[in-house]
Amino acid sequence: MKALYSFFAVIILIALAYLGITADMTTFFGLVLPYIAAAAFIFGVAYRILIWAKSPVPFKITTTCGQQKSLPWIKNSNLESPHTTLGVIGRMALEVLFFRSLFRNTKMSLKDGPKIVYGENKWLWLAGLVFHWSFLIVIIRHLRFFFEPVPEFILLIQSLDGLLEIYVPVLYMTGVALLMSVTYLYLRRALIPQINYISLISDYFPLFLIMAIAITGALMRYTPLRVDIIKVKELAMGLGSFNPVVPEGIGAIFFIHLFLISVLLIYFPMSKLMHMAGIFMSPTRNMKNDNRMKRHINPWNYPVDTHSYEDWEDEFRDVMKEAGLPLEKE
Amino acid sequence: MSAKKPTPADLIQIDFNPGKKDWMDAKIDFEKKRGNWNYQVLPKSAEYVGMPYPRKWSPADEDWKLPDNWQKIIFEGLRDRLDKYRSFKIFMDICVRCGACADKCHFFIGSGDPKNMPVLRAELLRSVYRNDFTAAGKIFGSLAGGRKLTVDVLKEWFYYFFQCTECRRCSVFCPYGIDTAEITMMGRELLDLVGLNIDWIGTPIANCHRTGNHLGVQPHGFKDSIDFAVDDLEDITGVRAEAPINKKGAEILFVIPSADYFGDPHYFGLLGYIALFHEIGLDYTFSAYASEGGNFGLFHSNEMMKRLNGKIYNEAKRLGVKWILGGECGHMWRVLHQYMDTMSGPADFMEEPVSPITGTKFENSKSTKMIHICEFTADLIKHNKIKLDKSRNDQWRVTYHDSCNPARAMGLLDEPRYVINGVCNHFFEMPENTIREQTFCCGSGAGIGTDENFEMRMRGGMPRANAVQYVHEKHNVNLLACICAIDKATLPPLMEYWVPEVEVGAIHELVGNALVMKGEKKDRTDLRGEPFVGTETAGKEEEANV
Ligand code: HEM
Ligand code: SF4
Ligand code: SF4
Repeated sequence: MKALYSFFAVIILIALAYLGITADMTTFFGLVLPYIAAAAFIFGVAYRILIWAKSPVPFKITTTCGQQKSLPWIKNSNLESPHTTLGVIGRMALEVLFFRSLFRNTKMSLKDGPKIVYGENKWLWLAGLVFHWSFLIVIIRHLRFFFEPVPEFILLIQSLDGLLEIYVPVLYMTGVALLMSVTYLYLRRALIPQINYISLISDYFPLFLIMAIAITGALMRYTPLRVDIIKVKELAMGLGSFNPVVPEGIGAIFFIHLFLISVLLIYFPMSKLMHMAGIFMSPTRNMKNDNRMKRHINPWNYPVDTHSYEDWEDEFRDVMKEAGLPLEKE
Repeated sequence: MSAKKPTPADLIQIDFNPGKKDWMDAKIDFEKKRGNWNYQVLPKSAEYVGMPYPRKWSPADEDWKLPDNWQKIIFEGLRDRLDKYRSFKIFMDICVRCGACADKCHFFIGSGDPKNMPVLRAELLRSVYRNDFTAAGKIFGSLAGGRKLTVDVLKEWFYYFFQCTECRRCSVFCPYGIDTAEITMMGRELLDLVGLNIDWIGTPIANCHRTGNHLGVQPHGFKDSIDFAVDDLEDITGVRAEAPINKKGAEILFVIPSADYFGDPHYFGLLGYIALFHEIGLDYTFSAYASEGGNFGLFHSNEMMKRLNGKIYNEAKRLGVKWILGGECGHMWRVLHQYMDTMSGPADFMEEPVSPITGTKFENSKSTKMIHICEFTADLIKHNKIKLDKSRNDQWRVTYHDSCNPARAMGLLDEPRYVINGVCNHFFEMPENTIREQTFCCGSGAGIGTDENFEMRMRGGMPRANAVQYVHEKHNVNLLACICAIDKATLPPLMEYWVPEVEVGAIHELVGNALVMKGEKKDRTDLRGEPFVGTETAGKEEEANV
């Protein structure tokens, strides 16, 4: 049901774009909206980060996933339980670049006995990693539209990506990988009962949206719906240099692609996609486990009512005296 | 009325398929779910420490007698906490519902209840947050995953936030480190704002505030208990130790969880500490005022935690000690390691801890100035400062349960193992997915270790028990060692339920057993009063077992 809502939402978006283009609104879809979307993305993300940053971090609540730094002869695990800044950087790098924590994933099953078994389960990790890395590379490759001459490193990535020359035009591995992994991510939501149960409309929507972006992209490149790359580049350079023009005769499919990307950019800051920024600010991961070495300051640490020793002794003086416990006041 | 206790065979029929129904429809039948929740806080305890809206009510009642403006109170409380805790705000916003945490929670594994998946536990609150605190939720409501805060939703919070032991296992597996324990803590604070709390949290807090410990033991009772232990130790070993209380000018203040002087098998650990300190001639003192290291305030609210915790530094200052040593306890060490210095510090009236026996500087605690007994003892063993006869623990085939907080909120993993290996011959690890940072909770922490919650405790403890059963069957393990007061109280019934042949003990009980004391009597026994299994006979027995 929820998946269907999201699916139709994406279909409606595609229809909207198509209608718009046939109604000759190319300026809006090709120029105005991309600018709005880019601005919404940049300001939206910045706004969300600022809102997060406004809330202080009152306590150092690192989740320690390894041995603490204590006695000199006990080996500390500085990547899983970092006590130095370098350790934290290492830990975060592993999380962001390789999804370290997701790599721990196991699958529990209950066997007769009863015996609980924790099996290996790296599929989500693998699909997640493939999805994100190919997404990133696809984005980097797209930068070629915005530069003339195209910077060396983009060309390099592009040629590596197309290394398997199994198709004309060159088939980019990341495009295929992106589609496959995003399909897997959808399938597990649809098929694994628990994941299905927890999934919201807002979990399916970005998957379908990204899927649609990838498919429209592929259609433009590998099928007769092919568009004129020179003209696309003209448009992209125009956007990038704030001298926007919409060249005549780019196929509608391109505008659908661009429209979906604009939607993704606008949707990004108000959605769970903000995990991109949130992961860097998560206190259980980005703090040192040096709690007892270095005092952490809580900016709102207000005084509270504790039971003072004096009051306590007042209450129990008689019994303490009888028991021979030392007293402050006889 | 208490529920009939289900048998292990009943409990093990677990259905992990959540079905197709929308989880957002909340309705808990508390009457039917007896055995899975805890009794309400007594008004007397609530009043004593000033918890809001003390009243007579029961979760089983239809009407919880909420204050009229309860929704407003919750919303304001939620806003306030979002502004105060970045952790909370980020955890509300960035979960992608990938489900990596789902089958990592012992309560889900043991119950199959989908709302015990950490992600859904968090969503119970997150859905309300989305509905009323995000733009998308305000506009699109349930389409954006929002949910209105109704009485049924509130009841659901009560049910599930007191079905989380704040163990942080989920946080280890989450790609963003989302810590459902943190969300549970916020959820519990919000519930408390409208007077919804449980008695096994409220009453220990009231006791602790008044007398200094959860059990409400008054100073003379505390002294009796310690004196009794000293006598007992003399009976067992023939050695008369000293155990000073409230002694000014002692070098070290020693703080333990109160169960150590009242519970069993905790008590054997207490005997172990006293024997050890006597043997090395440590200049230390107990305190009757700070006679509780444990802190049930942690399970109530940040503020309550601070109110109870303040006593430790107060007392250290009053007595003029150089530093503080802490006994075996789990959540106590979360508070001491991650909160105390920040809340109640700075501890600049003390000195950086140095072991008077080995000269080791505990640089890892140079600010907080409190060290863990396992760090202290490991250092003693490393420097050969105590005479140990490992064979005195040969009656035990030991495995070690990492308690959640020392493992995941401290990283105290190898010190206890070093100590165990230093005092026992037979030590066996449980499977790797169930120990160290991936350790499974006893299922009864965070204030929910009550009798009325028996079924859920046995369910939640099942993964731990199952791992013990594995080493029991494979290696004949018969002792589950641990360093947590709640474990020592709740693992014995858990073992009795799932693996009846395994007993539970403190690490410092094992230390006390192995400790060869100067002037001990010939026929001394172990700390439980059992004669030692002679080295030779033990050897034979083992051969016979092969
Ligand atoms: C620093 C950058 C980022 C990091 C470290 C990161 C990390 C992760 C991780 C660990 C997951 C969970 C595993 C999975 O489902 O793959 C995830 C999920 C997801 N990420 Fe990212 N991400 C980043 C940026 C992005 C961006 C830029 C997008 C897209 C616009 C994105 C889209 C998604 C989506 C849609 C999911 C959910 C997949 C599902 O439904 O199962 N991420 N991310
Ligand atoms: S592992 Fe983290 S991101 Fe994934 S569902 Fe659980 S809390 Fe959400
Ligand atoms: S903190 Fe522990 S008990 Fe709570 S949801 Fe996470 S795994 Fe479950």
